[in-house]
Amino acid sequence: MSCEPWQCAEIAATKKANPIQKPEIAVAMIKKASRPILIVGSNATERWMEGKQLIEYLIDFAKASKVPVVATAHMVGEFLKRGYEPAGFMSAMDIGNRLVDPEWQGLDGKGHPDLVLLIGLPYYMEALILSGLKHFAPDLKTMTLDNLYHPHASWSFPNATLEEWAANLKVITSKFEGGQ
Amino acid sequence: MTSKNVHVKIDEMKTSTGLIKNLEVSIGKLVNDNWTEPMGPTPMPSLTALRDWDMKLLNKYKPFYMPDCDLCCLCTFGKCDLTAGKRGACGLDIAAQSSRIVLIACSIGAATHTGHARHVVDHLIEKYGRRFPLDVGGLNVKVEAPVTRLVTGIKPETLGDLEEVLEYCETQITHCLSAAHTGQEGNNLDFESKAFHAGMVDQVGMEVADIAQISTLNFPKADPEAPLIKMGIGSVDTSKPVIMCIGHNVVPSVGIIDYMKESKLDDKMEVVGLCCTAFDNTRYYDRAKIVGPISWQLRFIRGGFADVVVLDEQCVRTDAFDEARKVHAPVIAASEKNCMGFKNRTNDPADEIVADLVSGKVPGVLILDPEKVGEVAVKVAKQIAPIRKKMNNLPSIDEIKSLAKTCRQCNLCQRSCPQDLIIPAAIKAAAEGNLAPLTDLYEECIGCGRCEEACPVKLQIHSFIIKAGEKFMLEESNLCRAGRGAVQDVEIRNVGSPIVLGEIPGILAVVGCSNYPHGGKDVYDICREFASRRYIVVTSGCSAMSAGSYRNEEGKTLYEEFSGGFEAGGVLNVGSCVANSHIAGAAIKVANIFAKRNLRGNYEEIADYIHNRLGAVGLAWGAYSQKAASIASGFWRLGVPVLVGPHGAKYRRMLLGREDKPEDWDVYDARTGNKVNVGPAPEHLFQTVETPQEAMVVIAKLCIRPNDTWKGRSIKLSHYVDLHKRYYGCMPQDLHLFVRTMADVPMTLKDEFTKILEAKNWKETVIPDPTLLPRMIRKMKE
Ligand code: SF4
Ligand code: SF4
Ligand code: SF4
Repeated sequence: MSCEPWQCAEIAATKKANPIQKPEIAVAMIKKASRPILIVGSNATERWMEGKQLIEYLIDFAKASKVPVVATAHMVGEFLKRGYEPAGFMSAMDIGNRLVDPEWQGLDGKGHPDLVLLIGLPYYMEALILSGLKHFAPDLKTMTLDNLYHPHASWSFPNATLEEWAANLKVITSKFEGGQ
Repeated sequence: MTSKNVHVKIDEMKTSTGLIKNLEVSIGKLVNDNWTEPMGPTPMPSLTALRDWDMKLLNKYKPFYMPDCDLCCLCTFGKCDLTAGKRGACGLDIAAQSSRIVLIACSIGAATHTGHARHVVDHLIEKYGRRFPLDVGGLNVKVEAPVTRLVTGIKPETLGDLEEVLEYCETQITHCLSAAHTGQEGNNLDFESKAFHAGMVDQVGMEVADIAQISTLNFPKADPEAPLIKMGIGSVDTSKPVIMCIGHNVVPSVGIIDYMKESKLDDKMEVVGLCCTAFDNTRYYDRAKIVGPISWQLRFIRGGFADVVVLDEQCVRTDAFDEARKVHAPVIAASEKNCMGFKNRTNDPADEIVADLVSGKVPGVLILDPEKVGEVAVKVAKQIAPIRKKMNNLPSIDEIKSLAKTCRQCNLCQRSCPQDLIIPAAIKAAAEGNLAPLTDLYEECIGCGRCEEACPVKLQIHSFIIKAGEKFMLEESNLCRAGRGAVQDVEIRNVGSPIVLGEIPGILAVVGCSNYPHGGKDVYDICREFASRRYIVVTSGCSAMSAGSYRNEEGKTLYEEFSGGFEAGGVLNVGSCVANSHIAGAAIKVANIFAKRNLRGNYEEIADYIHNRLGAVGLAWGAYSQKAASIASGFWRLGVPVLVGPHGAKYRRMLLGREDKPEDWDVYDARTGNKVNVGPAPEHLFQTVETPQEAMVVIAKLCIRPNDTWKGRSIKLSHYVDLHKRYYGCMPQDLHLFVRTMADVPMTLKDEFTKILEAKNWKETVIPDPTLLPRMIRKMKE
C-alpha cells in the first residue's frame, strides 16, 4: 500500500501523518482519547461500498463507539433521515475554526476535544482543514478515517481500495462494545 | 480641470452626523470640478487610512488559516519550514505567510484589472480623445461611477478624468505589493488590511475599465432588456469561418468585429468567445456568440471549431498555442501581457502576416495594433477555413476503445485530477467497449488536462472525455443576457427601501469563474432558487454563462424566465469580470441615492452602512483566480459577505465570525449611543461552502442584517428556515440569535420558534440604528 498523498501535489514539508497500518491502531487511539469527535463530510452519501453508503458505516461506528458526530454541509439531514441524530452540525470551516481556538469547550461545553477524526470531505478541503489544524492546533491529534492518505493529519490510513476501506471500518466498529 | 496638492488636518469638527476628531487627510491631486458634494474624510485613502475600519471587521471576522503549503520559498534565505509555529529566517510565521499570500493574490488581481483598465483607457483616449464624455446609462444613471466617487472623491466626467483615477490605483497597488517584500509587513492582520486595500482599489480599477468601454463602445447602458445572446457551440454555424477570442480585453475583438462589418463579412463569419472577452464582444455586437466559460478552452480548440484563435489577456491557457497548432489553427496574440513567445509583427503589412499564417510558415504572431489584429484575423479565417475543414484533434470512438486497453490502472490520472474524477474505472469500461462512464465525466471535468500530464502511457484522457460527451457539446445552445452594465438610479430608488428594511430578502451576486466542484448546473439551481424566492440575483463572468446554460421544464433559460431588472425576482447579468464593479456600485448607490449618505471620499461610513443594512451576499461557486480573490476582497472591505465553493478553500484563509461568542456581535445604536447585541448578522465575511445545498442555506442566513425591520426579518427567517428544513431536515438551532422581538417570528412558524426560543433562554432586545462607528452616534451632537 502506497503512503503517498492521494492527490499527488498535496505534499507536506516536515510533519507528515503516521500511517495507520492496521485498523486496531486507530481503535487504540480512539479508545485512548478522552474527548474525541468525528467530523463527517458530504462524501458520506457519495461513496458506496458493498452496496452500502459510507454514511451507514459511520452510523454503525458512531453508535458503537459513542464518538460524537459533527455533520458538515447538509449531512445532518442525511443522518436524520437514517434515524441517527448527530451531536452537532456546522460548516466544515466553522468546526475547523473552533478547533484551532484553545478556549473552545466542545459541542457539549465540557472541554476541548483531544482527538479529531475526519472522514468524507472532498479530499482537498479535508487536506486544507487538516493543514489548518496541524499548524494552528499543534497539540490536537487528528486522524482521518478516509481510504486516502492525508499527509497533514497526525494519523492516516495509506491509500486503499473501497473493499479495504469497508473492511477497515467494519473492524474498527467491531472493536467497540456496541459494535460486536 | 486643475490639479493641486492638498493636506488637511482637522483637530475637531462638528458635522451633521457627529463629531470628528483628529482627522488628517492627504490628497495628492484633487480634480477641481463643479461637484458640490462636500469631501469626506478619506479621499484617495493611503495604505493605512482605513486600517481602523479593517481592524473592526477583522476583529469580528477573524482569519482562519489553512496553509496550502508548509514552506516559504520567496527569498534565498529559504526554503523555510514554517510548520506549526516555526518562524522562517526572516522571522515570519505561518499566519503572516498565509495572509501574505492573500495580499499577493489580491495585489495581482488588482494589478490585472487596473492594467487592463489602463490599456483600455489609453487606447480609447487615443481613439476618441480625452474629452469624450462618460455615459453609462444616459439620464437613468446620474451616479456614473459610485466606486470611484466613494474611494477617490473624484466625479469623472470624461475619459481623460479616468487617468487621474488610474494613477491613484497604480500607486496603491505598488504600495500593496511592496508590503509583501521580505522584512516589510510582519503581522497577519496588517497583511489582511492591505489585502482589503488592494481589493478596494481593484473595484475602482474595474469600474474605470468598464465605464470607459461602455461609454465609447456603445455597450448596453444599464439596460434591463439587454439582448439575449446565443451561447454554446451548438449555436455556432461551423460551416462558416470561425474566429475564437479568448481572454478578457475586448479591444482586439473590436478590431475584428469592425473589420468584419466594414468588409461586409458579418453574415459570412462567426466571432465566438470564451471567458469575459466573449461577454464584451456580445455587448459590442449582438451577433457575437459565447461558447463557454474559461474551463472549456481545450474542449473547443481540440474540437477544431476555431479557424483562428485570438488571445488577449487573463485566464488564457498558456498552452493554447500548442493546442491550436495541433489543429492547424493560427494564433494571434494581441496583448502586451501575453506575447506567447511570438515574433512581434505589429509593423508588418497585414497581407504579409496573413500569407505567413495561412501557409503555416509561422503558427502564430504577436500583433499589438487592434485594427491590424482585426484585418489579419478576418482574412486568415476566411482563407484558412476551406483548407482546415475544421480539422480536430479528437480520437474516434474506436481509437478510444483500443487505446484504453493500454491503461495500466495506475490511478495517477485520478490522483492528479482536481475533481478526483474516477477516471481509471471509466477508461477500463471504455476498453471493454462501454463509453458511458467516460460520458458521465463530461459535465464535471473542468478541462485542466492534468490527467493527461500524469498518465504514464500518455493517454489523451481529456480528449476521450470530450469525444464521449460530444453529443452534449454539439447540442449546447442556450441564451445569456448581454451584460447590461450598471444599475439605474431609478431602480435603486425603487428597491432601496424594501432592501434596507429587509422586505426584499436579499441581493445574491453569483459571480466568478467556473472551477465548479460538479459542473455548472449548481449555479443555475442556486440562481433559480433565489430568483423564485424574489431575491435580486445578479450574475457576472463565467457564472453568468453557467446560469444561462440550463433550461426549466418549459424549455426556458434563466434569462428568459426572469426579468433582467434590478428588482425582486430579477436575474441580471452585469457583464464581464470588470463589470463586477457595478455590483459594488449598486450597493454603494443604495446608501447614496436611497439613504442620501454622501459618497465623496466617505468610504468608512458607506461601508458601515452597507455592512449593517444591506442584505447582500456574493457567491463565487467556482472562483479560481487571483482576480476573483481581489474582487472578493473589495467586498470584504465593504462588509459584504462572500461565499466560495469547495475549491475556494484553497484561497487558504477564511474570515469567520463565531456565533457562539455573543461578545463579538455588539453594535452601537446611532440613536442612543447604547451598545446593542445584534447577533451574528451577518455571521461570516468569507466562507467556503461544501455543497450547493449548504450554499443555499447559508446564503439565506447571510442576508440577515441588524437593521432589518421586524417584517423584513420575519421574511428572511422564513426563507432561512424553509431552506434549512428542506436541505438539513430540521429547524435551525440558532434562531434565538436572530429574533429580536416576537414580531420577528414568521406567523406560520410561531410554535416551532417558541419551542426553540424557550429552550435557548431567549430574551427580547431592541432593533437599533446600527453602526460600528462611534462617530456616527447622533446623541453626541446634542
Ligand atoms: S521570505 Fe522569510 S520565510 Fe520566506 S524564504 Fe525568505 S526568510 Fe524564509
Ligand atoms: S481534464 Fe478533466 S478529468 Fe482531466 S484532470 Fe482535469 S478535470 Fe480531471
Ligand atoms: S494515468 Fe493513464 S495508465 Fe494510469 S490509470 Fe489513468 S489512464 Fe490508466
